[in-house]
Amino acid sequence: MSTPDSMQVSVWRGGPDGGRFQSFDVPRYESQTVLDVVAWIQQEADPTLSYRFACRVGMCGSCAMMVNGVPRWTCRTHVQKVLDANRMEIAPLRNLPIIKDLAANMDPFFEKWVQAGGVFEGTETRTDGYAPIVHEDADRANADAGIECINCSICYAACDTVTGNPEFLGPAALNRAWTLINDAKDGSRDRVLDAVSSKGGCHACHSMGNCQQYCPNGLNPLTAIAGLKRATARRALRGR
Amino acid sequence: MEMRLYLLQRISAIVMAPLVLGHIAVMIYAVQDGLTAEEILGRTQGSVLWALFYGTFVVAVAIHAAIGLRTILHEWFGVRGVALNGFAGATCFGLLAMGLNAVAAVTVTP
Repeated sequence: MSTPDSMQVSVWRGGPDGGRFQSFDVPRYESQTVLDVVAWIQQEADPTLSYRFACRVGMCGSCAMMVNGVPRWTCRTHVQKVLDANRMEIAPLRNLPIIKDLAANMDPFFEKWVQAGGVFEGTETRTDGYAPIVHEDADRANADAGIECINCSICYAACDTVTGNPEFLGPAALNRAWTLINDAKDGSRDRVLDAVSSKGGCHACHSMGNCQQYCPNGLNPLTAIAGLKRATARRALRGR
Repeated sequence: MEMRLYLLQRISAIVMAPLVLGHIAVMIYAVQDGLTAEEILGRTQGSVLWALFYGTFVVAVAIHAAIGLRTILHEWFGVRGVALNGFAGATCFGLLAMGLNAVAAVTVTP
């Protein structure tokens, strides 16, 4: 079957106060990504279209958007994979305020990383030697499983608990907390466990698993959150 | 408080699970010879064991359901603060009062 020469792309246009979808007829190319489509619209059809991207190779986590209602990293998503009856709908990330068009405001997402105790707290000084990292240790394996997060906010956009409970810290921030308490070099275990036990912390998660399903890097924040629930429950049962 | 509510809801679930199985097992056993009020009351009235069994169940249900409904009310309808905790407390108290009243009705010897 031959590929059609063009496709119909619906792009959300507007700002914090609302907006609407605008249709564009975009030429199709081989190996075209969703980010290529957005870039074509901005460069060839409407230079006022706002969107965010940086690396274009799936490392920076800047270009995530809702594609046909699903959060995706647009630079690594092939048009061929998501096109539905030669149509595609592109919108800003869900669960975040909109700045303009396809650019979502990531501030709440990153603020929650800090709220979840996500700041590394070293236990040694710069004059100490390198801390050995033993990948065979169970704690280190837990940390290793979660540290490839690129902060793209796809899990946050996919999470229905965030939608229902805006105070919920979200999968990425809690995944970060879990990697920290499993990092032997970090000295903030109690501070992190306090942070994730507060209102909107790990106990608000309903274990629906959208985070794990949509994470483009194949991480599993659901497992991280389950780990936090166990760690905080053990600590509480010991009376701390 | 979230941590405590989380633990309370899990612990109450752990308490309920064997009681539900016990309840169902006794139901299946009890209906073998037909089911009459007389037969049920003959088994339960004056029984400290059944009073404790269902009394414990009512307490666990009241705690578990109140916390669960509190979460739903917060996430679906945005209720918070005093209204939210007031609703949860009233639900817990209401279920306790109705449940313990029912337990007393079938276990206390007239």
